[in-house]
Amino acid sequence: MAAIEASGLGRDLPGEVPVTLVRDIDLAVEAGEFVAITGPSGSGKSSLLYLLGLLDLPTAGRVRIEGADTTGLSPDQLAAIRLARIGFVFQFHFLLPEFTCMANVEIPIRRLGALSDAQARDRAAMLLDSLELADHRRKYPDQLSGGQRQRVAIARALANDPAMILADEPTGNLDTRTAHLVFDLFRALARDQGRSVVVVTHDADLARMADRRIHLVDGRIVD
Amino acid sequence: MALPLGLHIALQHLLHRRRQTLVSLLGVALGVAFFIAISAMMQGFQRDFVARIIDVQPHIIIKDEVREAPMQPVERAYPGGAVSLRGLKPMEEVRGIRGARNILATLEDLPGVHVAPALSGNLLLRFGGKDLSVNVTGIDPARERKVTHIEKDLLSGSLDALYTTSNAIILGEGVAKKGGIRSGDLISAVSPVGVVLKMKVVGIFSSGITLMDNFDTYVLLKKAQVLQNRTNVVNRVNLRLDDVELAAPLAAQVERQFGYRSEPWQEQSRNVLGIFVIQNAIMYSTVGAILIVACFGIFNVISTVVFEKTKDIGILKSIGFRDRDIRRIFVTEGLIVGVIGTVIGWGLGWGLIEFMASLHFEMEGFVRAQGFILYRTPVHYMVSAAMAIASATLAAWVPARRASRLNPVDIVRGS
Repeated sequence: MAAIEASGLGRDLPGEVPVTLVRDIDLAVEAGEFVAITGPSGSGKSSLLYLLGLLDLPTAGRVRIEGADTTGLSPDQLAAIRLARIGFVFQFHFLLPEFTCMANVEIPIRRLGALSDAQARDRAAMLLDSLELADHRRKYPDQLSGGQRQRVAIARALANDPAMILADEPTGNLDTRTAHLVFDLFRALARDQGRSVVVVTHDADLARMADRRIHLVDGRIVD
Repeated sequence: MALPLGLHIALQHLLHRRRQTLVSLLGVALGVAFFIAISAMMQGFQRDFVARIIDVQPHIIIKDEVREAPMQPVERAYPGGAVSLRGLKPMEEVRGIRGARNILATLEDLPGVHVAPALSGNLLLRFGGKDLSVNVTGIDPARERKVTHIEKDLLSGSLDALYTTSNAIILGEGVAKKGGIRSGDLISAVSPVGVVLKMKVVGIFSSGITLMDNFDTYVLLKKAQVLQNRTNVVNRVNLRLDDVELAAPLAAQVERQFGYRSEPWQEQSRNVLGIFVIQNAIMYSTVGAILIVACFGIFNVISTVVFEKTKDIGILKSIGFRDRDIRRIFVTEGLIVGVIGTVIGWGLGWGLIEFMASLHFEMEGFVRAQGFILYRTPVHYMVSAAMAIASATLAAWVPARRASRLNPVDIVRGS
């Protein structure tokens, strides 16, 4: 059973002149697999990622998460799946500026509510430690470097121990060395922890670090 | 950390916008404070006034008038018939309540009802070259003291002096002051029918109700009948009830039974009570306006937060916050401003009331007082809290709904 499976996936933007973001996507990502989605800008990479992550709804086809069809689920049900099973990382870290790194990582855990406050703290600390951010727990996002912030964002994505991590240009704002470190991290999340990792990037060098590359042109998978 | 997550986020938003939050808090607080202070002042005055008129005036006055001209016998005999009377001439009759003795006896038998007859009219007082036009009421002191407050309001003299001194008169404080008249002075009284009497001032009263003090005088009933040249005539019957609330129904019953116009105290003071209604309307619209302004403050701060926090909303939604979780965060922010603003407003309002209570000045309107008459009640605090919190929540609802409808894809795609 694939972690994420898309079949005949398409997304049109309605309007006087309808715009097709992606079409006819058939794709399966297995557990423990690290997949890179590449393509020129405007090729629909991000749109595809949002569809796979249930942030956006397809206008054609369907997405199965761990074997379960998500077609027709209510927004609240989709939110519940995202909360428990999917972790997002974006180009901008999107950390809440009023909260410390610890508190930022705790937010998804507390929202899920499966752990006590003390357990949530422990888990957030553990995640930050594992990303070598132990010294920065009490700092606010604007006190960190770009790479550190992105690692906090990854810790937050991992907060509820999701089966899949979806990242949209996660290294877009990072220098090459830091970008490689982040990609190493993604690879480890897939290989060592058995998570499915899907990363959108326009950087061919970085994409080479993935197990599999999917190239998108004009909303379709090529080669 | 024990705070619920939504509340935690809401508090952080407000704490990071201290100045704006403070301004909206102040708006709510001022609205609440003014409401409490103005309500205390207005209701204090109104309740005091009602208490005074209930205390001072008769609860029901039966007058020698009828509300509508009586129907002609022929009209009564053929109601709705094609009867038309023309050139009717009204019959000249001596005014007064007919069968007053009978009415008095009937009403006196009712439990909890005290009755006194009176004859009221006008009088011109002459003293030291001054003419004063006043109302004169002829009373039966023994009965009157059970019905009105006149005896307790006497500053000098006594009600019984009306019996013991011939041609005795009691003046209102304002009448005495205007005429420069003192207790014991002899004054000339001229009635509209031309009777002239030398009268001796045996008492001066002060009721606290300006109109009465400035224009009312009292003489013995018999003396009033002489002045008006209406022997044995009574044109008013005054009633006092043990239970004030029964005044309106009893007045209606008396009017049905005897046909004479019977006015309960509410009707006697209808002008003033009507002004109170307008007064209250003005007060509530003023306070309402303050609260509306406060609401705009809240609306403004939360709209700003929503606008500034668009990215946060996007990430929270992508993490898995539902629309209603987002909405709750921002409504909570309005609620927090409403609740804290209310508590501050309670303090301010209490302080304002105590400040007003400490002021002393002479005031003369419908009634005389030496400062603000304040009515303190928890009801004002509760009502203001309910209004403030409800409007704060409502003001937050609009931007909160907008926030909850933001599409996370539009936000995170910003990259």
